Amino acid sequence: MGLENRSDDNIITTTVDKVINWGRKNSLWPMPFGTACCAIEMMATLASKYDLSRFGAEAIRFSPRQSDLLIVSGRISLKMMPVLKKIYDQMPEPKWVISMGACASCGGVFDTYTLIQGVDQFLPVDMYIPGCPPRPEDLIDAVLQIQRQIDAGEFPKGTIPDANSVSVAG
Amino acid sequence: MSEEEKDTTNSEKSPAVFERVKEQFQDGVLDLSEEFDELSIVAHKDFVYGILEFLKNDAELSYDFLVDVTAVDYSQMEDVLTKYDYARFMVVYHLYSYKTGHRLRVKAPVHEKELSVRTVTSLWKGAAWLEREAYDMFGITFENHPDLRRILMPDDFEGYPLCKDYPLRGRGERETFDFERQNA
Repeated sequence: MGLENRSDDNIITTTVDKVINWGRKNSLWPMPFGTACCAIEMMATLASKYDLSRFGAEAIRFSPRQSDLLIVSGRISLKMMPVLKKIYDQMPEPKWVISMGACASCGGVFDTYTLIQGVDQFLPVDMYIPGCPPRPEDLIDAVLQIQRQIDAGEFPKGTIPDANSVSVAG
Repeated sequence: MSEEEKDTTNSEKSPAVFERVKEQFQDGVLDLSEEFDELSIVAHKDFVYGILEFLKNDAELSYDFLVDVTAVDYSQMEDVLTKYDYARFMVVYHLYSYKTGHRLRVKAPVHEKELSVRTVTSLWKGAAWLEREAYDMFGITFENHPDLRRILMPDDFEGYPLCKDYPLRGRGERETFDFERQNA
């Protein structure tokens, strides 16, 4: 086809981890866990105006087994927390968690008997987004920050580095 | 705007309901009032089922839609307590008539020592979940209810959180939340 001739003397050297992380960061598959108004902002982020697909994270999966980025957007009650944890446990590693908005991060204004005062009591949160609710730009920024972490070869908070498993570090 | 000019075509109040209920249930009616442009009947809890049945089935009144069943804890409102023989709770029924467009509130004082009212699920099936919520939040039991369980709080939750003596931040359930067991 002539292609061989063109790339005759060109060689790219890299590591497998770098290539994997490059692919991984540009195709995050989010698992939305929307329980409140933050989920509306999350939907706006995914829709045409803000368009999260520009950053490769538009393949929303409602199955935790097919996703690697959990977006907790909204209030989590004592009754809901076991459900959320079960969903997190079902996600294959490596997996990242975004705690979107004041309620998911610290309970927000709902300092009441029934509300989890921050999902980080039970989940390893990689990125917190302040705001009530945060704007779509804030969510995009959080996704980009996670992409930067992946690119830099950092482990997600929920991963325990294991000598026998394939490293995600670059 | 004078009384005569007042537009009553869109009124949500039924002009006849007080007389009809009073004539049917003399002893059962404790109070008839109109506040904030809304009609309200306070009835003895033994009569409230009969009154609701009458309001629903009467061809003229025809309050066929049960909007809501809830309760109120009046333990910190001395004036209401003294008026109704220190009954701590009131079960509140909101009714609407599709036929006439009228709305009505029916309330029944309930004492803490006999915290039960007859269920209205036989009149409106939709009352089942509303009564479960009142049970969940206030501990009021509904006699002959088909499935009286908690609806919002976890099944093993103790206490009734909408009672005024329940602390806003809870009784430590946030701190002692048994996550591993709940997750199993």
